[in-house]
Amino acid sequence: MKLLILIPAYNEEAAVGGVVEEVRAVMPEVPILVVDDCSEDATAHVARQAAAQVLPLPHHLGLGGCVQAGYRLAFELGYEYVIRVDGDGQHDARDIPRILEALEREGCEMVIGSRFLNGAGQHTGFLRAAGIVFFRAMLRPILGKPVHDPTSGYVGVNRTALALFSRSFPLEYPEIEALVVLQRKRFRFVEVPCRMRPRRAGRSTITAIKSLYYMVHVLLGVFINVLKFEGRRK
Amino acid sequence: MDRLLNVITIFSLLLIGLVLSSVRRAHIRVEYSVSWLLAALVLLLLSRWRTLLEWIAAALGVGGSPLALLMLAGAVFLVVLYRFSLIISRLKDSNIALAQRVAILEFHLESLDEKTKAIAGD
Repeated sequence: MKLLILIPAYNEEAAVGGVVEEVRAVMPEVPILVVDDCSEDATAHVARQAAAQVLPLPHHLGLGGCVQAGYRLAFELGYEYVIRVDGDGQHDARDIPRILEALEREGCEMVIGSRFLNGAGQHTGFLRAAGIVFFRAMLRPILGKPVHDPTSGYVGVNRTALALFSRSFPLEYPEIEALVVLQRKRFRFVEVPCRMRPRRAGRSTITAIKSLYYMVHVLLGVFINVLKFEGRRK
Repeated sequence: MDRLLNVITIFSLLLIGLVLSSVRRAHIRVEYSVSWLLAALVLLLLSRWRTLLEWIAAALGVGGSPLALLMLAGAVFLVVLYRFSLIISRLKDSNIALAQRVAILEFHLESLDEKTKAIAGD
């Protein structure tokens, strides 16, 4: 089994070192790759200091391009599983074994760490919570099954999904569109409960002003992907 | 009417001059100047060929030639903008793929460098 922990990071110098150390404490033997999306601060340096491998992008690509770069490298290096952990410290690394176990046990292409399973639903602002409720309702008929936390970035993928995402991955706000891309290929996903915390430092890439643009962008992306819909796995 | 047509004529000629000058200074590549030159030529033609403009206005069912001319000008520039949206999108995709490839190659090079140093140190 070859697992890689992928940490996309942009201007996360205050948090990324702690995230790497926390992941290493939970999974000491697993390689950690920080993809630095051309940060203006010392994110790459801090990640190297924490003994993570660093993939520094030559210019800022946005979250989707950053994650896809990591997926491409992981695919080339032959990894079987990749688990993405955000560089802002919101994801609790103690949940990594649970995601990995679900990937191996279920044989599905993607596992989503959900903050809303088992009645938990921590640390979500009003706008984001409203957006999640909206997108849940929208995705239910498209995916043919409920998804509790469609905006979660705490995801694990197997090599089949890795191959797909290496070629085609939504470039902005990728989480929701990635689900539709998976469904289009008749791939499966499951959700497992995960803990999430407030970010350790820095600012979210999705501010209140960007929320409207986010909604429009994601809706359009989902609509375009549904047009390319190739059927649903029975 | 005549004043509007004259303004459009001058505007078209200025646009043609600007585009040709930009091409000459290599500020615009030849292939991307074609859309602008075509758009400017269409406007120039319509502004000087009144019979054609009146025929188009009648065919479109609009009240007068000025409105038809403005509609056509808008349509022509929308087509140009659409073409450039296609080009920009393709360029952005290529740019992202290229940036990812450069980063990955640098990563491989660094790994190779570390391995070489480790072997040399043994």
